[in-house]
Amino acid sequence: MRGGGRATGGRTLWDSSVGKKTVMAVSGLVMLLYLVVHMIGNLKIFFGPGEFDHYAHWLRVVGEPFMHYEWTLWLVRVVLLVAVVAHATSAYQLSRRDIKARPTKYVHKKRRASYATRTMRWGGIILGLFLVWHLLDLTTGTVHPGFRPGHPYRNVVDTFSTWYGNVLYIVAMLALGLHVRHGFWSAAQSLGVGSRTRDRFLKTTANVLALVLTVGFVSVPVAVMTQVVS
Amino acid sequence: MRLTLRVWRQKNAGTEGAMSPYEVDGISPDMSFLEMLDVLNEQLILSGEEPVAFDHDCREGICGACSLVINGEAHGPERTTTCQLRMRSFQDGDTLDIEPWRASAFPVIKDLVVDRSAFDRIIQAGGYITAPTGSAPEAHATPVPKPDADFAFEHAECIGCGACVAACPNGAAMLFTSAKVNHLGVLPQGAPERASRVLDMVSQMDEEGFGGCTLTGECATACPKGIPLFSITKMNREFVQAARKGR
Ligand code: HEM
Ligand code: SF4
Ligand code: FES
Repeated sequence: MRGGGRATGGRTLWDSSVGKKTVMAVSGLVMLLYLVVHMIGNLKIFFGPGEFDHYAHWLRVVGEPFMHYEWTLWLVRVVLLVAVVAHATSAYQLSRRDIKARPTKYVHKKRRASYATRTMRWGGIILGLFLVWHLLDLTTGTVHPGFRPGHPYRNVVDTFSTWYGNVLYIVAMLALGLHVRHGFWSAAQSLGVGSRTRDRFLKTTANVLALVLTVGFVSVPVAVMTQVVS
Repeated sequence: MRLTLRVWRQKNAGTEGAMSPYEVDGISPDMSFLEMLDVLNEQLILSGEEPVAFDHDCREGICGACSLVINGEAHGPERTTTCQLRMRSFQDGDTLDIEPWRASAFPVIKDLVVDRSAFDRIIQAGGYITAPTGSAPEAHATPVPKPDADFAFEHAECIGCGACVAACPNGAAMLFTSAKVNHLGVLPQGAPERASRVLDMVSQMDEEGFGGCTLTGECATACPKGIPLFSITKMNREFVQAARKGR
């Protein structure tokens, strides 16, 4: 391509293995930011049904009067949908390329990279499946017998009063912790901001984020199970 | 030392290969790994068998010709090239599994020899400076800040052996490519082609069928020249900046 016209920036990124990682990193960080906010919001459940349901209602009226009812919420949903699709598509395409690039395994097996690193693909698939269930359970109520729109506190307590609700949720949150642990640090490298001097800071931030997110999210089902929230 | 070797034998690119067991005796701990294989090959030739084909050239750790995955590790257990690996790194009575580099971009030609010309094509795509530079210029003619010179030197150490690809679970050539991109990009002579270099080299890397980076760090652990993992980070930044410029 030397000397000739080159494709525009976005095209160059999407067509390249390096650029697709940039897409993964940005979309991952968008989802991560959302999850931090989501986790903090969830903790409102500890202040009782009044505050939690009020918070859920507020999510629909944020930005009024400039925004119409639910506009902000839908804006966030669209951004997240784009992020999830971009992330999953590049994950799928990159994984296919990676597997094809190394078709023959070594006869002599060696212990490989850390747990968080090795579980990115399976962990990602678990998160994707969880996401679908989670939306059908607590947003649309499709798979939630006795779902009551507009009463999120009751619905949450409901979900975590079933064993499968707890198991699905807690397994997914542990997967999330591992995914974020390697993902946050990876994203820093994909975006080119990592360096020898910043590595300790980035690894620590990744660990703290992973731990805070997992503990924060898991605290809700644990609270319901132990009747702290009922 | 007495050793049991299990060596990958493969007649040519078109045939299936398999691990074959051999015994070697009288190995001195001071021998290099390749000298140990020489002993094996003398033995094979004397008994009328086909010797094991393996790549080597300088045997000084500077050319990048030698390869071999030994017990699952590229260039074996020490951070050095196979030619510089000494038999004292192993125990008498050990069993050693010896395999070729594995990556679809590095097809096996025969036994332990793989075709690494994909690396040459990555270099041809931009791993050089277009302007004729003539003979070595006066060192002070073009001032280079010391940290930049050190950085360039660190990356210029890459010998193109391919251990990074062999060690990577995705068969990625990111460490190799980043070494060259960073080496030339930081120097005044390489700066004018900095953006096109990274775009062309990465695109050639993809075209050759190398995998992508999942930041497992296996490459930097295997690299005999200590090219750091953050070279990849740096190349990622160069790539995104160049893509934004569109050249
Ligand atoms: C749809 C479900 C998901 C799938 C299939 C998925 C899959 C993956 C895969 C395969 C990787 C690459 C691993 C690697 O290169 O080592 C990755 C990286 C990453 N994921 Fe996810 N993931 C999902 C959800 C999430 C979520 C919810 C977050 C938000 C916290 C997230 C954040 C990240 C980050 C920050 C990275 C690092 C990107 C990079 O290496 O540059 N992912 N994901
Ligand atoms: S980066 Fe290291 S392992 Fe890879 S080709 Fe260069 S010297 Fe060999
Ligand atoms: S033979 Fe030249 S580096 Fe090993």
